[in-house]
Amino acid sequence: MATEIATGFALPEISEAASPPHGAPALQVWRNVWPKVAAVGLALAAWQVVVWSGWKPDYVLPGPAAVLGRLAADLRHADFYVGVAITLRRALIGYAIAVAIGSAVGILVARVSLLRKAVGSAILGLQSMPSIAWFPLAILLFQLSEGAITFVVILGAAPAIAAGLLSGVDHVQPLLVRVGQVMGAKGLGLYRHVILPAAFPSFVGGLKQGWAFAWRSLMAGELLVIVNHQASLGQQLQFARDLADAEQLLALMIVIFAIGVAIDSLFGTLDRAIRQRWGLGGEV
Amino acid sequence: MSQVLELSNKHALSVERLTMAFPHGDRLLLALQGATLEVKRGELVCVVGASGSGKSTLLNILAGLDRPTAGRAHVHGRVALMFQEAALLPWLTAAGNVELALELRGVRASQRRTIACELLNRVHLAGFEKRRPHELSGGMKQRVALARALAQDADVLLMDEPFAALDAITRDLLHEELVRIWNESGLTILFVTHNAREAVRLGDRVLVFTSRPGRVAQEIRVDLPRPRSLDSPELAVIAGRITDRLKHEMTPNGD
Repeated sequence: MATEIATGFALPEISEAASPPHGAPALQVWRNVWPKVAAVGLALAAWQVVVWSGWKPDYVLPGPAAVLGRLAADLRHADFYVGVAITLRRALIGYAIAVAIGSAVGILVARVSLLRKAVGSAILGLQSMPSIAWFPLAILLFQLSEGAITFVVILGAAPAIAAGLLSGVDHVQPLLVRVGQVMGAKGLGLYRHVILPAAFPSFVGGLKQGWAFAWRSLMAGELLVIVNHQASLGQQLQFARDLADAEQLLALMIVIFAIGVAIDSLFGTLDRAIRQRWGLGGEV
Repeated sequence: MSQVLELSNKHALSVERLTMAFPHGDRLLLALQGATLEVKRGELVCVVGASGSGKSTLLNILAGLDRPTAGRAHVHGRVALMFQEAALLPWLTAAGNVELALELRGVRASQRRTIACELLNRVHLAGFEKRRPHELSGGMKQRVALARALAQDADVLLMDEPFAALDAITRDLLHEELVRIWNESGLTILFVTHNAREAVRLGDRVLVFTSRPGRVAQEIRVDLPRPRSLDSPELAVIAGRITDRLKHEMTPNGD
């Protein structure tokens, strides 16, 4: 019978692919982690070598031990967490608005061919505009305020998000669109059921890039725009420079880097989940 | 007017002097020229032609995806179209793909899951509802695509070389199932292929298309009893005649 043959061939193939190649779970984790641990170790060693070389005095370029000690001390202080909270709040608010605007603009531009002709290339151009160049205008418009920072974070992230969505929509397989049309989907229904889900992996790519731009813009903003009683990470970084406190400065840089890596890995996880669900990037 | 109505009562689809030209560089490329054919309700008709004979173009026009340059194509009732690739939506499960067709047809949410499972059962995929397309073999994907086409509850099913990419055994099994489903459902099927034996195996009639531009060169009525076997000598004789005709079409000076 047809079913038995089809089933018999397919089942073992799938269960085999699903099980891990070999080794216990802990061993698997270690296999993924050790190269990263080794890379961090190498970076710290290189840093220490530069310090030992005596290229710069200790109070300008302290060694890893001193900086990590300072970081550990910072982590025991409430002020530090207040700063991280302020920065993350700004990042999330700016990023959320950027996602909303970027998605809306992306869909509109994809849908309306006149808009596409008018601003399609402008969106790509905006992506390459350094966000720090927006600050003078932002400060004129919003003075030295939260608004100025949010404005630039949005301008940094939204074009990348719109561009990701736009390229996703452009690269939807024409065959899938035809299938949707044959099933009777038209206009917005076709978007909702076929085009937008098909564009989702590229949209996630845009979200990831948008986050990177938002984070950069935010750091630039916090260094430039000092708002009273808001000791954000960027502001603490600026103070550390003003006080020539190199240990604190480097400790903060490590924190900023770690937050960036952590959020980037969230996007990486999302991306892998999609690939797995789709069967390696959209095989049909 | 009354003549047209009379036609559409008996015929599931009719094509009259259909011409389709595509721009190709600075010239026009004729895919179809004056193609005329009719398919009666409940009939299973196969169209055979070499590549470039406008077979797919014909189906796309009938499905309403493309507009013809000239002539008329009329389908009485709803149309479903199956492609050579299963073209399942990779973010949905097998059942999800079928359910989407039901949703777009306006079936209530509470009934979709049940109907989708019934349809998957009909194409012998019970137990595979939750599989994603990449977890299915080529033949299984086409079964899901068939269930999805059936979910559209169409009167006419257009099939564009749906089994061409499958291995011989899988294809043979799917032929059996297609004929069984056709018998059960009373669907009208227009099946396009470049394989003469497949056409004779399936069709009540076989329409041989000319090469570019395409039109019906020959009509062959297949009176072999069903179920038919691909290996039967009678089938091979008819298929051989069709293949000869196709070869004749493909030689540069052939008419």
